[in-house]
This record gives sequence, C-alpha cells and structure tokens, in this order.
Amino acid sequence: MSITYLEAIREAQARALAEDDRVFIYGQDVGAFGGAFKATKNLAREFPGRVIDSPISEDAMLGLAVGAAIGGMRPIIEVQFADFSTVGFNQMVNQAGTHYWRTGMPCPITLRLPCGGTSGSGPFHSQSMEAIYAHYPGLVVMTPATVADAYHMLLDAVKIDDPVVFCEHKLLYYHLKGDLGSGDRLAVGKARIARVGRDLSIVTYGAMVHEATKAAEELAGEGIEAEVVDLRTVKPLDTDCIIASVARTGRLLCVGEAYPWGGVTAEVVARVAGEGFNFLDAPPMRLNAKDTPVPYHPDLWAVHRPSARSIADSARRLVQM
Amino acid sequence: MAFVEAEPTIELLSVKALRFMLVSRVLDDKFASLYRMGKIHGGVFLSRGQEALSVASALSLQPGDLYAPLIRDTAGRLAFGESLLDPIRTYLGSALGPMRGRDGNVHWGHPRLGMYAMISHLGAMISVVSGGLLAHRLQGRRSTVGLSSVGDGATSTGAFHEALNQAAVEQLPLVLVVANNCYAYSTPNNRQFACKSLVDRAVGYGVKGVEFDGTDLETCLRELGSAAARARSGQGPQLMIANLLRLCGHGEHDDASYVDPNLKTSQVGRDCLEVAIRKLVDSKTVTAEDVALWKSRAIDDVERAVAQGQREPGPDPYREDWSALSTEALVERNWPQ
Ligand SMILES: Cc1ncc(C[n+]2csc(CCOP(=O)(O)OP(=O)(O)O)c2C)c(N)n1
Ligand SMILES: [Mg+2]
Repeated sequence: MSITYLEAIREAQARALAEDDRVFIYGQDVGAFGGAFKATKNLAREFPGRVIDSPISEDAMLGLAVGAAIGGMRPIIEVQFADFSTVGFNQMVNQAGTHYWRTGMPCPITLRLPCGGTSGSGPFHSQSMEAIYAHYPGLVVMTPATVADAYHMLLDAVKIDDPVVFCEHKLLYYHLKGDLGSGDRLAVGKARIARVGRDLSIVTYGAMVHEATKAAEELAGEGIEAEVVDLRTVKPLDTDCIIASVARTGRLLCVGEAYPWGGVTAEVVARVAGEGFNFLDAPPMRLNAKDTPVPYHPDLWAVHRPSARSIADSARRLVQM
Repeated sequence: MAFVEAEPTIELLSVKALRFMLVSRVLDDKFASLYRMGKIHGGVFLSRGQEALSVASALSLQPGDLYAPLIRDTAGRLAFGESLLDPIRTYLGSALGPMRGRDGNVHWGHPRLGMYAMISHLGAMISVVSGGLLAHRLQGRRSTVGLSSVGDGATSTGAFHEALNQAAVEQLPLVLVVANNCYAYSTPNNRQFACKSLVDRAVGYGVKGVEFDGTDLETCLRELGSAAARARSGQGPQLMIANLLRLCGHGEHDDASYVDPNLKTSQVGRDCLEVAIRKLVDSKTVTAEDVALWKSRAIDDVERAVAQGQREPGPDPYREDWSALSTEALVERNWPQ
C-alpha cells in the first residue's frame, strides 16, 4: 500500500502509542486539531489523554520532555516548525544531551522537527537544523528521505534510550509516496546505497536524496554513473558505508540543504579526507545552500538551495578533475 | 511617520481610524482572493476582527516612537504611516518592496523609521522594542514610547516573560498590547494559560495592566491613548489586554472550524469594523454615504496598488549579492559549488 511520507509519520506514531503505554505526544495544536501539518490527525481521539496540546513554550515543552523521560515515559515532542526549536535548544542540548553522560540515566525523547525548505516559506519556516544538533554530544540525529524510513526510523527513535532529533522534511510530506517496505530493515545509524554507480559518490540525506537521484538520472544520459548514498542518520554518521562507496568510485560529492559553514557535508568531507584519502582520485567536493537566510521568493529559494541541476553541474566538474 | 494632530477629538480620531480600518479590510479581502487564485507564494494571514485594536495602537504613537507590529496589524502599519504598496509588494515578492523578495507575507518593516520587521518566533520582538527604548534613553531622547503587539499565544513564551520583567526592571516606556483573540492557531485560551485574565499577570511583574473590549474602536483609542501617555510620562510598562476574536482562520489555509460558535455570538465575536461604522453613523459623526465612498476609494486604491505590485519584477537570483553581512570585506564568496 502506498502512503505519503506524512501519513507514514502519523502511522508510526499511532503504532508507537498502541505498542507502548509510556509513549505520549506533546506539542502545539497536536490534539483535536491534529497538528499544523496533520501529522497527529485523529491520534488524540484514538489515544485519549496521550496526545496533549502544549502552550507556545518550546523551552518548557522540552524541559517537560526531559522530566517525563527521566520519569519513565517516552515523550514525542512536535515542534511546529524546526526553526522554532531554537527556543527550546537549551533544554535539548544542555539538559537532554548531557543527562546520560552526567548521571548514568538515559533520557529517551523523540523531538520531531518539520524542517527544510518549501517554496514561499521564507527565513523562519524553512531551516535545516540537523548540523547544529549533531554538533552536540548525547543526541542522535535522523534525517529520513523515504516513506519507509520515515515510518521505521520514527519507531526506532521512540525505542532508542537516547534523545533523538527526528528531522522530517516538509517538502516530502505530501508529495512523496511509497510503501512501508517489508523484510529486513537497516539498523539505526546505517546509511543506504540509494542508487548504484561507478563514477562518483553523491553522499546526501533528507530531501536532497531525491534531488541527487534526479541528477544521477540526468547524468546517466551522458554516460556518468553516479552512486547516491542516503545517510539516513547524520549522527551517528556511517563512515564505513561512505568510504566503501568512495573506494568504489574514487570521487566524493557531498550535498546538503543546510547553510554552507561546517555542517554535515563538511563532516563527511573531513572523514573521507582523513580516513579514505587514498581512495580519492579527485579533491572531495561539497555543495550546500548559500550563506544567507532562506529566501521567501520562489526564484531566490530555487537558487539558494542545491537542486538536481546544480548537483549535476557539480558532478560533471568533479568527474572531469 | 505616525499620525499626529494637536489633541484631536475622539470623533476626529475615530474617523481617521475608520478609514484605515476600511483599507485594511479591503486589503485583507484582496489578499484572500489572490491566495485562492494561487497568486501568492506561501501563506496569507489576515487581520479581520482586529483592525480597531491595531489602528488604535498605531494612532497612540507620535513621530519618533517605536512600533513592532505583528501578524494581524495591517491597519496599524498603515496608520503608522507606511505605503499601501508595502504589504502588497511584500506578499507579491516584489523586488521593489521593503524586503526585496527576501522575506515575505507578514514579515516586513522599516527599522530606520521605527517600525521593526518581525521575525516569526513569537515573543521575540518585545525585548527588541525595549532595546530601542533603552537606546533612546542612553541618547537622551526621553519622551519616546515603544509599542509591541503580540497575541494570547505569545504570552506563553519565555521571551514574553523575560521581556516584560526586563522592561519593568528598567521602567521602560513600553506599551505591550496583547490581542487576546481567544485562539492561538487552534489552541483555545484554556490550553494556553490558567489565570482568569491575562491582565492578572501585570501585578506579578509590577507593571500597570488594563483589560478592555478590543471590538470597540473608541474604547481601543481611549485605552491605548492613555497607556501611551502614561508610558510617556514615566509610569513604566503598560500591559494592555484587548479581548476580541480572530474573524478568520489562523491563515487562509485554515477553515477555523474549531472556533466555538458561542464565542462568535458573544461580545468578543463582534466585528469591530461593523461596530465602529454603526456607532459613528448613529452618532452622526459620519454618514453611511461617507463610509460607502471611503470603502469604494479603498477598493480603487487597493486594486491600483495590487496591479502595480503585479507588474513589478521579482528579485533576480543572478543579481543577488547572496551576502548576509554588511561588511563587504568579511563576506566569504568562495563557498564550494
Ligand atoms: C516560538 C514559536 N513557536 C511556534 C510558532 C508557530 N506559530 C505561529 S503563529 C502561532 C499561534 C499564535 O497565536 P497568538 O500569539 O495567539 O496570535 P494570533 O495568531 O492568534 O494572532 C504559532 C503557534 C511560532 N511562530 N513561534
Ligand atoms: Mg491568538
């Protein structure tokens, strides 16, 4: 059965609530209204008392999640847009992220962040937050790119004893359809080869997996075979999978939707340079958004973020090096 | 920028206010229809039901004062002195607008003219106004007032609490206007706060608090006029709670089916524009013909401005400088791409 990425997130939460009494959902408008994006549609009715509307208080939402997690619960916190999680940042990185290390007591929180750009959303409803959370010790950061991953990784996130930042990409919510998959699932923290190729490795995550795949199809028409690696989680980072891919292709193009300074792409390049230097036939390359806030106008936005076209351009340059 | 007149009578002020309210409502209707036609990028957020409060906020200010309008302040922004083209250009993403297509919908301002450009993060603008007021104090400009506009939902943010406490400690001339429209998106007040009235918070911070009917223009003008005067005369922050109802969805994507029908028929559910027109006509301050004429002028003005906005170019990504720093020498241009 084919469902949307958003429906997968709803279904995963329904299942988590059904399977584990410790799970509850807390966030703005998540109750009867079903959330700003409808990711919790009908859950308040199906699970009375366990899908709770919060005040507009992100710091207190995450503080409460820490306390509830320590108290034996498995909170799923929905922040309405990832951008607003900056207001609860302190609780997440200084409280949740340090707790197990300081006390020996784990802090199992799932923080759901609707993230990434969509046309016309502007600087405060478009940001990619994965790098800034990944920077802090004590957090797991997931960036699912497919319907099946959205579903299964969210279930994983709830089961993991550590705080998980679950970056769900808004651009995929309604448009991406797929089935939930069957059989063996990849373990948490493992990357996936989304497309096999011999000429270069495009390592990416989230919505950019789809841009990279489109670019790879375009390149295939020109005789360039790109391998696409979907990181799935950016922390931990599956360095083995990345380096194995680069060992096959000899070339690395790492693509991310976030701002260009530091971040996931820089981390990947650093690891490949450090641990897989001998496999490289060309300098590792990375491609990110521009170093400005995310613009509102669709024409600016389309150029601000990497696209299939800019990825293909970079790939062409890389294979010629 | 703000409208100013030597002690205008409340009648004169009401008429002035009504005309801005009419323009704001006509503009809202136009934005709603452009949204339905798919002519606007992203969301559309209307001010319906909050025009009286918004316009009275801006009209309480004087030239040199500071104003931080929020999501439902079209009327106040116009009354503060901006051009009708500003909201239109911003919504349409015109390169000639105040935000040059970089930011959109309700996020625009003229910081050099004392009108801040809101960010989305609720509660974040209050302390910014306080900072402006502190700057004025340090610069020896003692008689300016700052007005910051928020909703009931924003009162739950840490930013709101921190800023109100801070303003109280500094005794800043801050007028903090809360449009208590009963909902924050779908969340009703009883899931937002547990105090009987938000005005009860004033005493906890040690500031003056007033609660009033946000659907009555004259009340809004009187209450906000007095609050600004108190702030200006050194009496510190003023927490102003206006009760009303959002007469639209949170945004135009939202049918607001969750709104309690009893609220719609209660005092807070009154349409401030209808109430203002009825009262001003009944008191013979204006005639129904006056109102009809102003409304048709507003329609003409809005249509003309929208037509102009639609003819204007959007930003050209290949001519953008793609730089977020003002210090040119510090801008990095060699990002890998
Ligand atoms: C810190 C923060 N969290 C969440 C949001 C998302 N959000 C935007 S508007 C809104 C409701 C605001 O309600 P209220 O303050 O009452 O203003 P109203 O829309 O009713 O005018 C929410 C939750 C936000 N903008 N900022
Ligand atoms: Mg409200």
